[in-house]
Amino acid sequence: MFDQFKARAEAVGAEVHRFKSKDELLDFLKSFLAKEGVSDKENSYALWADSPLLKGIDKWKLSAEIPGLKFSVTRELAASSLVGITEMNYALADTGSLVADQTPVEDRLASTLPVIHVAIIGTNKILADKVSLLKNISPVKSPFIAFITGPSRTADIERVLTIGVHGPKRLVILFVDEYEG
Amino acid sequence: MEKKFKESIVNAVNNSVLTGALGKFSEAYRVNRAKAYEGIDFEKLRNTIAERKAYAASHLEDMIALFTKNATARGVKVFRANSAQEAVDYIVNLAIEKNVKRIVKSKSMASEEIHLNKYLNEKGIAVNETDLGEWIIQLAGQRPSHMVMPAIHMTKEQVSELFSKEVNERLSNDIPKLVEVARRELREKFLAADMGISGANIAVAETGSIVLVTNEGNARMTTILPKIHVALVGIEKFVEKFEDIVPILTALPRSATAQLLTSYVSIITGPTQNTDGTMKDMHIVLMDNHRTEMVKDPKFFQAMQCIRCGSCLNVCPIFRLVGGHVFGSTYTGGIGTILTAWFEELKKSEDIQGLCIQCGNCKEVCPGKLDIPDMIMELRRRLVVEKGQSLTQKAIFSVVNNRRMFHAMLRAASITGKPFTSEGYIRHLPLFLSDLTEGRSLPSIAAVPFRDRIKKIKQIKSKEKVAFYSGCLIDFAYPEMGEALVKIMNKAGYEVVYPDEQTCCGAPARYNGAYEVAANNAVDNIKALLKEDVQYVISACPTCTVALKDEFISTFESLGKSEYMDEAKRLSEMTMDFSQFTKKLIDEGRLKIKKIDGGTFTYHDSCHLKRTLKASQEPREILKACGYELNEMFECDMCCGMGGSYSIKLPEISRPILERKLANIRNTGTKLVAMDCPGCVLQIRGGLDKAGDKIKAMHTVEILAQMLED
Repeated sequence: MFDQFKARAEAVGAEVHRFKSKDELLDFLKSFLAKEGVSDKENSYALWADSPLLKGIDKWKLSAEIPGLKFSVTRELAASSLVGITEMNYALADTGSLVADQTPVEDRLASTLPVIHVAIIGTNKILADKVSLLKNISPVKSPFIAFITGPSRTADIERVLTIGVHGPKRLVILFVDEYEG
Repeated sequence: MEKKFKESIVNAVNNSVLTGALGKFSEAYRVNRAKAYEGIDFEKLRNTIAERKAYAASHLEDMIALFTKNATARGVKVFRANSAQEAVDYIVNLAIEKNVKRIVKSKSMASEEIHLNKYLNEKGIAVNETDLGEWIIQLAGQRPSHMVMPAIHMTKEQVSELFSKEVNERLSNDIPKLVEVARRELREKFLAADMGISGANIAVAETGSIVLVTNEGNARMTTILPKIHVALVGIEKFVEKFEDIVPILTALPRSATAQLLTSYVSIITGPTQNTDGTMKDMHIVLMDNHRTEMVKDPKFFQAMQCIRCGSCLNVCPIFRLVGGHVFGSTYTGGIGTILTAWFEELKKSEDIQGLCIQCGNCKEVCPGKLDIPDMIMELRRRLVVEKGQSLTQKAIFSVVNNRRMFHAMLRAASITGKPFTSEGYIRHLPLFLSDLTEGRSLPSIAAVPFRDRIKKIKQIKSKEKVAFYSGCLIDFAYPEMGEALVKIMNKAGYEVVYPDEQTCCGAPARYNGAYEVAANNAVDNIKALLKEDVQYVISACPTCTVALKDEFISTFESLGKSEYMDEAKRLSEMTMDFSQFTKKLIDEGRLKIKKIDGGTFTYHDSCHLKRTLKASQEPREILKACGYELNEMFECDMCCGMGGSYSIKLPEISRPILERKLANIRNTGTKLVAMDCPGCVLQIRGGLDKAGDKIKAMHTVEILAQMLED
């Protein structure tokens, strides 16, 4: 299912990476953020919305290693961030979509306002399709359910596909194998 | 038809920006849509959607009560607006009460329907559309020309002009740069807005959820950033169960833009936290605006199954020529014609309903299983009942209504038309056919009609008999097609009976809303055809075949006439199209064909044959059996623009459709184009003749008749 997901997600412009462990993912993330130019300046922050993956990770140490990485997500910070990092709950193989309970406003802000959205998810969270998804989520428990499929796009001018209108211009998906989520 | 309306059509057809953009899109759409639906059983999917939407529509009060209860329990303020005005008042008053100064909107056709922006602006409230297309047309002061792609009619140059004015800066025509400008400008508006207004693509009764489907991310911004969220929801958006969203989310993006899923889908069930930690002030306005009246009408109930994907527009041969603005209202295209008649008034659809050529493309792709052509026919019928026929039409149909006079007139035409004919084509036709000639040569009215010719044909005698229903075109313009048919039937051992009392099938009257005239035609034909002791009634004109098979019955049903219903049903069972019947004869070994090396041919599918009678392979198989090699043209089943009297009433649309068809034929490089409808032959053969093309346009019956083994 991973292969199908990857193919479908890449077909709509998402970038897909897969890691064995949390450590591998963190190593990638550090170099990725540095490469993209994240720094402790306006419009260059990286925001990480609180997520289960952060359990056991020393946030202070991490933000000391990566200047500009912040774990407190506010509207103002989100509006001036380059990267937003959120954890997603499910991936759908048939459409290459990510799904999350985004009831916490921090998740919504970090995945909407920054230029790049980095989405983290356990490889074991890939489901076949929407039918399987509905067995796992409920709008009663999750007032805001978000599906994200590729970056923000439009074709409203002359039907020319253009990426990044209002939402993120890039969607970078990071899968972790050894992670229950 | 109003002069202003005609002018708007001419302007649209001659607007190369518009027709270019729409044409390119519709051509690509067909291919991309098919790809997006790969691996999906579309019929099964749309059956589910239609069933679930119909269930909700037929339990509308329950849906509204259940939704209201559930959403209210989650903290939403639900308001039921019976009229457009009530919806406007609620939202405007709410904005004033909450001291709202700035509003951002994500795309909502319902808000366009009630002209919400205008009322908010009147109160000094700044409203910004944030869907890129909607923002463009807002800046241009226009209406959306397409449900899903509101600014499809505009060029990047025009957009650049608008944006330059808005940001006071000379911008280039580079599309990514223009999009970046929109991102920057609208980002500020999002962050500063006090209220966000959205629509909803689905409303789930059992959970009180709304579902928003977007690509740009503006609906997410609209619902996340401002502290007040108002969702304006037409009450056609209901489904009962949460699981019902699956088939709709499967079909909507595929049908709308050929995507597997849009970039964003948000399912919102009650207020969530604002960015400052307070709870969202969330309002849902459930808007009726004549929808419950539509539900009560058995013919139009099905319009509630619409999921607003716009695919009916994307496949329409007319829409891609004229675009949305000629429709003059919020909703455009085929579905727009119907919604305009209901949400505004029947009279408003008077001109625009005439744009439908009844090709049936939209019916095939509709994920909600709406029979749009049939609903448009019903609008036509009601308009005629309400307003009566125009004088010209009255004159025409009083003739068609009287078989003797009609036939006498056609015979007269063969004489008066004669001086103008050259090489079998007529340049000027008398009477109501006089407008027909532009862009297309017309066949001369035959000196001896088929009804006279058949008497002179030496037929085999057989116990097995078929009745031939020729239709007016074969009878009076292409009698040789009738002769070919008799030859083929005789070879297969059938004697052909030609009931003299047969008359016009009623299609011209019916397609103009004159159902009473069509019913009279139906009765005359039923009497004439059932009088004979035959096994089958065969027609080589698909439009006539559909009349005999389906429309006599539905015309009687529409008029509540039951007197001849049993006979109509009997006739329906006996009637078969030429190609389907002949394919059967070949398969049964009753017809032996001599195979030749015929070279290549291309095939044009006639609308009624393919989409109503479901025959597309049969004629191809017949011709392949004759030794011809098939070379399919692009859009082989797209209407040729004939549409009976359509080409007389709207030649400015019919002509460019024909030109497109001719180009597709030429592009195959074949020298023969076959088809199974004399109407299509008239259009295509005439078009080729006028252009001086050497490609032959022939009815399958004519080709096959030359290929029979002795």
